[in-house]
Amino acid sequence: MIRGAFGPFTAWVTVHPIASFVVFFAIFPFIAPYQALATQVLIFGLFALGFNLLYGYTGLLSFGHAAYYGLGAYGAGLALAKLKVTSLWLALGIGLGAAVVGGALVGFFCLRRRGIYFAMLTLAFAQMLYFIAFHAADLTGGDDGLRGIPLLPLSLFGVSVSLRHPLAFYYFAYVLVVLAVAGLKRILDSPFGAVLRAIRENSDRAVACGYDINRVKLLSFVFSALFTGLAGALDALRLTVVPVESLYWSTSGQVVIMTLLGGAGTFFGPFVGAATYLVLADRLSLFIEAWPLVIGVIFMVFVLFLPRGIWGTLTSRGIGS
Amino acid sequence: MFDVPLSALVAQVFTGLVLGGILVLMAIGLSLIFGLMTVVNFAHGAFYMLGAYVAFSLLGLTKSFWATLVLAPLVVGTLGLLVERLLIRRLYGRSPDDPLLLTFGLSLAMVEGVKLLWGKIGLTVDPPKQLSSAVDLGFMNFPVYRLFVIAVTAAALVALWLFLEKTNVGLIIRAGSRDALMVRALGLDLNRIWLLVFGIGIGMAGLAGVLAGPMRGVYAEMGVEIIIECFVVVVVGGMGSLAGAIVAGLLMGEIVSLTTFFAPKLAEIVVFVVMAVVLLVRPSGLFGEAGLAE
Repeated sequence: MIRGAFGPFTAWVTVHPIASFVVFFAIFPFIAPYQALATQVLIFGLFALGFNLLYGYTGLLSFGHAAYYGLGAYGAGLALAKLKVTSLWLALGIGLGAAVVGGALVGFFCLRRRGIYFAMLTLAFAQMLYFIAFHAADLTGGDDGLRGIPLLPLSLFGVSVSLRHPLAFYYFAYVLVVLAVAGLKRILDSPFGAVLRAIRENSDRAVACGYDINRVKLLSFVFSALFTGLAGALDALRLTVVPVESLYWSTSGQVVIMTLLGGAGTFFGPFVGAATYLVLADRLSLFIEAWPLVIGVIFMVFVLFLPRGIWGTLTSRGIGS
Repeated sequence: MFDVPLSALVAQVFTGLVLGGILVLMAIGLSLIFGLMTVVNFAHGAFYMLGAYVAFSLLGLTKSFWATLVLAPLVVGTLGLLVERLLIRRLYGRSPDDPLLLTFGLSLAMVEGVKLLWGKIGLTVDPPKQLSSAVDLGFMNFPVYRLFVIAVTAAALVALWLFLEKTNVGLIIRAGSRDALMVRALGLDLNRIWLLVFGIGIGMAGLAGVLAGPMRGVYAEMGVEIIIECFVVVVVGGMGSLAGAIVAGLLMGEIVSLTTFFAPKLAEIVVFVVMAVVLLVRPSGLFGEAGLAE
C-alpha cells in the first residue's frame, strides 16, 4: 500500500541511483528544514554508507565503526592542527590513510572470529581506540577534544575558494560524497560486489565456489573504513574540532541506528536513515530531554517489525529480500 | 624494579578478585544465555545498572540491605522474563544479529528511562553497617564489604553449578545448549527453559549491580562500561563456556586491578591488548570450542 503510492517514484530512483542522488542533493540545502542539517545528512549519510557496505551488503555487523570515523577525523584534524599541513587535500588524504590502516588492522583481528563475535570484537577494538585518544591528551586534546583545526581554503587547479560559507562547504562535501556514492556503485556492480552479497546470503556456498572469503571480507572491511574515514575527516573540517566522543561506542551505535532505520542493504537507506535520525533527534530534543529513549523504542520497533527499514520497505529491497 | 610494599600488592590482588567476581557474575549469565539461545544480550549491562538502581530504591523502602540483596535480583530477573517473553522470543529463527540489535535499542531506552525515573545525577549507596568496617588480615586492612562481595559471588556460582549439575531442569538446560533440536524431539518444551535461563542470567546481572553499587556508585552509564568488558571476557574465555567465563573474568579483574596499580593510564587499554593476543594465539578463546555459533 505504501509502496503503491511511491511506486513510480522509487522505481525511477532505483534504476537511476546516481542521477537521483546528484539531483536530489544538489537542491537539498534549499528544501531541508535548516541548512546545517543538509551538511550533516551528507556526512552522516556517507558514514552510514560505509557501515552499510559491511553490514548491509557483506552481512558483517560492526559495532565499532566509530573507530574509522574517529581515525578519519583525528587524522585530518591532527594533520591540520599539529602538523600544520597547508593543503586541504593532503589533510583529507591523511585522514583516509589513518582510517584505512586502522580498518585493515582491526579487520585482520576481528575476522579471526566469525559470526556474532564479530560485533563484540569490533566494539571492543573501537573502545580501545577511544581510551587511547582519551589518555593521549598531549596529542589529541583528550577529553576536551582536538581543537584549533583551521578551515583552509579549497585550492584546485590554481583556484582558491573559501569554505567558510556554509553553502560553500556543503557543495564541497557534496562533490566528495557524490564521488563516494559513485565509487560504491562501482564496487557493488563489480564481480567483487556480487561475491560480497554471496557471502551475506550463504558464506559456506561462497567458500564452496572457491572464493577466499576472508580476503573478500577484509577488503570489504577496508573499503567500509575508507568511506567511513572520509565522513570523519569531512566532519572534522565542518566542526573544526574533533570531540573525543567521535570514537565512543555511542557514535558506533548511532550509525547502526541510522542504517537500520533507513534500510540496511539498500543503496539510499543510509542517507534516508541519517536524515530521519537527525531530524528526529533535532525535533524530539525540543520536547523531551530523554529523546534517546524515543529513538531507542523506535529502533526496537524497526528491528521487530520493519527489518528492511524505511527505504527497504518502500522499494521492497534490502536485507531479507 | 618496583619498590612496592607487599601488603599493597596483596590488597590490589584482592581488589582484582572483587572486580573479577562482578565480571564473572555478568559474563556467566551472558554466556549461559548465548550458549542456549544464541542471543547476545547487549542489554545485559543495562540490567546490571537497573539492579543497582532498584537496590537503591528498595533499600529506601525496606531499610534492610539483606532483603534488598535478595529482592532486587528477583525484580530485575522478573523484568528479564518479560523482555524474553514479549520481545526476544519474536526474533528466534532470524539472524543472530537481530537480538543483538534489539537489545542494543533496549539498553539505550533503559539508560534514558532510568535517568527519567531516578534523575541524571549518580547516586551513592552505603554498604550495611555490619560490613562497612575494614578487617585486619594481619598484613593489611581490607574493607569487609569487598570480602563479602567475593563470598556472595562464590555462593552464587556454587548455587548455579548445583542447579545445572544436580537438578533435572539443569540437565535439560545443558542438553538444550548441546542440541536443541534433539531436546525438542524428546518432547520437552524448550520455550519455558529459554525463558527461565534468560531470567536467571538477567537476575545474576541484577545481583552484580546490587553488589557493585556500594563500591562504584550508581549511575546510568555504569552498564555500558561493564558490557564492553564482559564482551572481552567472553571472547577471551570462549562464548558459551561457563568455565571460560569464570577463568577469563577473574583473569581480567586481576589484570585491570594490577595495571591500575602500576600504570593507571593503561588500565583501560590493557584488557583489549590481552584480547588481541588471545585472538592471535587461540582464536576460539581459552575454553571455547571452535565453530560454536559461527
